Amino acid sequence: MELRLAGLHHGYGDIEVLRGIDLEIPAGRIVCIVGPSGCGKSTLLRLIGGLERPERGEVVQTGEPPPGCLNPLTYIFQDFALLPWRTVEGNVRLVLEDHGFGRAETAGIVDGVLARTRLSEFRAAFPRQLSGGMKQRVAIARALAVSPAFLLMDEPLSALDAQTRELLLDDLVDLWARERFSGVYVTHNLREAVRLGHRVVLLSRRPGTVREILEIDLPLDARAGHAPELEAHRSRLWQLLRDEAHAADVELVDG
Amino acid sequence: MAERGGRPVAFRGGGFSPRPLGIVGPLVFIAVIALWEAGCRTGLIPPLVLPAPSEALAALAHLVETGLLWKHLGASLQRLLVGWTLGTLLGIAVGFSIGLFSLARAGLAPVVAAIFPIPKIALLPLFVVWFGIGEGSKVATILFGTFFPTVVATYGGVDNVDRNLIRMGQSFGLSWLSIVRKIILPGALPAILPGFRISAAIAIVLLVAAEMIGAEFGVGAYILLAGSLMALDELLAGVAILSVMGLTVNWLIARLERFLLRWRT
Repeated sequence: MELRLAGLHHGYGDIEVLRGIDLEIPAGRIVCIVGPSGCGKSTLLRLIGGLERPERGEVVQTGEPPPGCLNPLTYIFQDFALLPWRTVEGNVRLVLEDHGFGRAETAGIVDGVLARTRLSEFRAAFPRQLSGGMKQRVAIARALAVSPAFLLMDEPLSALDAQTRELLLDDLVDLWARERFSGVYVTHNLREAVRLGHRVVLLSRRPGTVREILEIDLPLDARAGHAPELEAHRSRLWQLLRDEAHAADVELVDG
Repeated sequence: MAERGGRPVAFRGGGFSPRPLGIVGPLVFIAVIALWEAGCRTGLIPPLVLPAPSEALAALAHLVETGLLWKHLGASLQRLLVGWTLGTLLGIAVGFSIGLFSLARAGLAPVVAAIFPIPKIALLPLFVVWFGIGEGSKVATILFGTFFPTVVATYGGVDNVDRNLIRMGQSFGLSWLSIVRKIILPGALPAILPGFRISAAIAIVLLVAAEMIGAEFGVGAYILLAGSLMALDELLAGVAILSVMGLTVNWLIARLERFLLRWRT
C-alpha cells in the first residue's frame, strides 16, 4: 500500500497553511518531513491520516493494506496521548477492543507488542509512573498492536530530553530494521531526519510548499557508521532551512 | 584562597503546602464542646440561651431509646437517597448531552443557566401543588436541587477532556460509543465527583426545608417541631444528626473518589 498526495491545499480562516503539496509516499520506507516552525508539517500529517479534511486536493491510497492490518494509518503523537486511567496493558488493549477479538487473541497481541518494545514487566504500571521515553514506547507498542501499514509520527521525540531521544531513535531504527514499516516522520530536528529518513522532504515556511526532496541511500542500520556523510546532508538541509527558519521566527503568530 | 569563612545562605523556601495534622480537627471539636459544657455548668451561659451539650446528648439518647431516631432518620435518608440519585443520574445524562451535542448545548445550556440560581426552596409550594404534599414534593425538591449543579459539573468535565486523547481515539478508528465510554467518561470523572460533594450538601439543606411542610417523620420535621416548642436541646440534637449525615456522605464520596481516581497521583 502506498500514499499519494495530490495538490493538497489547506488553511485556517484567512491563513493559508499548505499550498499545492504533491508527494509520493512509498511503502517500506520512511519519509521525513522537516521545515521551519509553523510551516504546516503537523497539519500535513493530520491531512495524510484523515484527521483533517483538506480544502483542496486529496490523499490517495493505492493498493490494499497488508492482510491482518487493523488500522492502516496509525499515529504516534508528540504528547504520547496515553489514557492516564489505564495501565500500559490497558492502553494497548484499548485499540483492540473494538475489533471483536476473543480474550486469548487480544492477550496474545498485547503480549507480543509489549515484548517487542521491551515493556512486558511494566504492563501493570500507570502512565504517571513512567518516564517520557517509556510513555512513548507504550505509544509505539499501541501503534504496533493494530499492525499499521503506515506509521504517522508527529514529532514523537520532541517532548523528550536529549538522552532519551537518542535511545528512542536507536529503538526506532531497530524497529524499522525488523518490521520494515512505512512511515511519515514529522520533525523540526534535522539530525533525526537524516538518521531516520530514506527521503527527507523540506517544506518552506508558511504557506508550506515542497522546497526540496533529498534522497539518502544509506541503509538505516548502517548509518551510525557514516556520520560524516549524514552531517553533510544535515548541513546542506540547514543551509536551505536557515533563512526560512529565521523569517518564520520573526513572523507574528496570527499573521 | 584567603578565608573559608562566610555566612550560610538563609533558607527562604518552604511553606504554602498544608501538612496533614490528623488529630487537630478532633481536638478542636472536643475543646469547643468542653468549653461550652463548662460555660453552661458554671452558669456563664444561661440555659435559655443555649442548652448544654450534655442536654442535647440526653435528647439524642431519648430519641434512640424511644426508637424515634430510626423513624426520623429512615424517612430522611430515603428521601435523600431517592432524590439525590435521580437528580444525579438525570444531571449526568443532561450534562453529557450538553457536552456532546451542539443542539443540546445551544438549547439546554441557557435554560440550565437560568434555573440554576433559583433557590429550589422557593419553588417548594409549586412542587407541593404538582407532586402532592407527601413524598413526591420532597423528593422533587431534592431532585431539582441536585440536578442543576450536576449538569454544570458534568458538561464542564466533558468540555475539559483532553482533545488530543479524543483525536487519538479517532485516529485508531474507535467507535463513537467507545470514545464516549472509554475516553470522555473517565476523563470527565475528576470534575463530576467533586460535583457530588456540592450536590450532596445541597440535598441535605433542601431535605430539611422540604420536611418543614407536611412531614410527620424526618430529621427536618423533628427539628422544626423542636424549634416551635422552643425545645432547644432537641433542636441541637437534630442539628447534630444533620451534621453527622453530612460528614458521612462526604466520607463516602471521598472513598468513591479515591477508588475511581486512583490513577491520579
